[in-house]
Amino acid sequence: MKYPVCREIRGNSPAYITLLLILGALIAAGLGAALYMEHEGHHVTGMTNQIVWGTPHVFAVFLIVAASGALNVASISSVFGKVVYKPLAPLSGLLAVALLVGGLVVLVLDLGHPDRLIVAMTHYNFKSIFAWNIFLYNGFIAVVAVYLWLLMERKMNAYSKMAGMVAFVWRLILTTGTGSIFGFLVARQFYDEAIMAPLFIVMSFSFGLAMFILVLFVAFWGSERPLGEVIVDRMRRLLSLFVLSVLFFVAIFHLTNLYATEHHGIEAFILRDGGIYTQMFWFGYVIIGSLLPLALLNLPGGARAELVAVSAGLVVVGGLAMMYVIIIGGQAFPLVIFPGYEVSSTFADGVVNAYKPSLPEFLLGLGGVAFALAIVAFAVKILRFLPLSLADQDVDPHFKANPAAAAAATRA
Amino acid sequence: MEQNDNNIDQYRRRFLERSTAVLAGGVLAPGVFLHAIAQARPVDEAVSGKVRWGMLIDSNKCKTGCDKCVKACETENGLNRTGNPLTDAQWIRKVSLKDKQTGRTASLPLLCQHCAEPPCVDVCPTGASFKRADGIVLVDKHICIGCRYCMMACPYKARSFVHEDVTDQKSYAPRGKGTVESCTFCVHRVDKGESPACVSACEEKAMVFGDMNDPQSELSQLLREVQSTEIRGDLALNLGVRYQGI
Repeated sequence: MKYPVCREIRGNSPAYITLLLILGALIAAGLGAALYMEHEGHHVTGMTNQIVWGTPHVFAVFLIVAASGALNVASISSVFGKVVYKPLAPLSGLLAVALLVGGLVVLVLDLGHPDRLIVAMTHYNFKSIFAWNIFLYNGFIAVVAVYLWLLMERKMNAYSKMAGMVAFVWRLILTTGTGSIFGFLVARQFYDEAIMAPLFIVMSFSFGLAMFILVLFVAFWGSERPLGEVIVDRMRRLLSLFVLSVLFFVAIFHLTNLYATEHHGIEAFILRDGGIYTQMFWFGYVIIGSLLPLALLNLPGGARAELVAVSAGLVVVGGLAMMYVIIIGGQAFPLVIFPGYEVSSTFADGVVNAYKPSLPEFLLGLGGVAFALAIVAFAVKILRFLPLSLADQDVDPHFKANPAAAAAATRA
Repeated sequence: MEQNDNNIDQYRRRFLERSTAVLAGGVLAPGVFLHAIAQARPVDEAVSGKVRWGMLIDSNKCKTGCDKCVKACETENGLNRTGNPLTDAQWIRKVSLKDKQTGRTASLPLLCQHCAEPPCVDVCPTGASFKRADGIVLVDKHICIGCRYCMMACPYKARSFVHEDVTDQKSYAPRGKGTVESCTFCVHRVDKGESPACVSACEEKAMVFGDMNDPQSELSQLLREVQSTEIRGDLALNLGVRYQGI
């Protein structure tokens, strides 16, 4: 097969400049919000002593989970040897790093002491999965950076398969670490589950691919490069499979909880009585984020890039809703400290914890997304991340423009 | 002349009497004081694992509506209320319980349980959450980055995040905006051989503080005699705070 040709985008169109300006404004707003929160203290946010992780964490965890998933396309090419995906591998690696950086920036800027980042880098408690994650996140950036170099430097290309394998294994461990942040919370009724790690891995497949599809399609449409049906159809089928897989894991998660009486309270809260969290789960995640995209992706008539892009957008919306349910819904349900008792106190014991997302939190989260996208937008202009063409004949070595004609030619 | 000698004798006698009194006081008083606080540790001696500080709270004695322990804690540790209960720090709180099946009610103070296996210490990425050798769980305010993972991990919601600037801090109980804090068992008092402020303030004597490792301590003797409970004992964290009557 031909070596895929990647080229920088020209990056001087009004649309590109506008995109950079919008992203820049969002980043500035996010930084301003972080400065405000840091200066005033977290009482200006919706977070409290009961809801200790809020909207910034929804964005941050979503971005970190999506980051590892965004690398899938590169893994399918390098690890599983699917040549069709080879031209997409550089963008896949770039997006993975960018999303991770975006998520980490949000996470760090939400700390009570972002100024003590150096402390987090020099003091480690190795019993903490958080401490391990610091290594896993930094290591991921380093591993993917090396992998990208091997991919893009033709002389070193032979080693890219090995690096791709390392990156693939690393990303699985990384998402295991992210899921285990919640899985290891022994006292919390909604989190203390081993399934959290595999659930997060499968969510990363879905949310990461959705982000990848959006970035790829927008970049191709924006730079007016050909996007063939073969790639679109591959993306369509892959996203369908991943969305279904997440639904399966979510179903198992809730079914297991529903079987155990001690978890009936939290399950009734999330699935039935939780107000905004119940709506987020059923309407946000299940209907808008899963069933609707599944329907759109599997409409008769084959792959249409616009429908795949819309579906990917819906999966992202559903993913954010799911993160909201997991992170905030899980904390909103009153912590069971005295099983079998009705409890009340001055510290919100026994009541559903109120949480109202504040503008600074939202801006910080959005700023992280904008930062990730700005990294991609800038990188594709200065380095050769984007293939010149994803037209069918360029990606598929066995592509026949017109099967009937080809068959006739063979017979003749 | 004789008169003068008598005067000198009187002065000498008075001087000797007073010196002896001062000397005796100086020698004996610390001994008496130290005897009263026999468990106090010299400041230059490292905290020892031979001691494990703990507490027994009798919810039968704890009066519903009484919050003297809470007030004493706030005063002692400089926890000023800002008027926003959702973000104000609460190191100790009064909890009212009602058994869903039997309707039996109880009232008790809930504070950091000073677990032997504290989940907050396990999850802290920097090691800012730590447990002293004598079992007191603390936060090192200098290396706490304010991630709040310990608050997610604590089974008792015993920790608070400092959401805004703090004023009128006590030198012995430093606080800091953007860090997490919780009950210290009034470590500054315990190190001087005193009881935590909440224990001293409880007029019902519902809280008994002492060394769980010393078989002769009042606490150990009580724990041997009465049936006590660990909250969320299923988590097997070996708590420093035990309850009676629930």
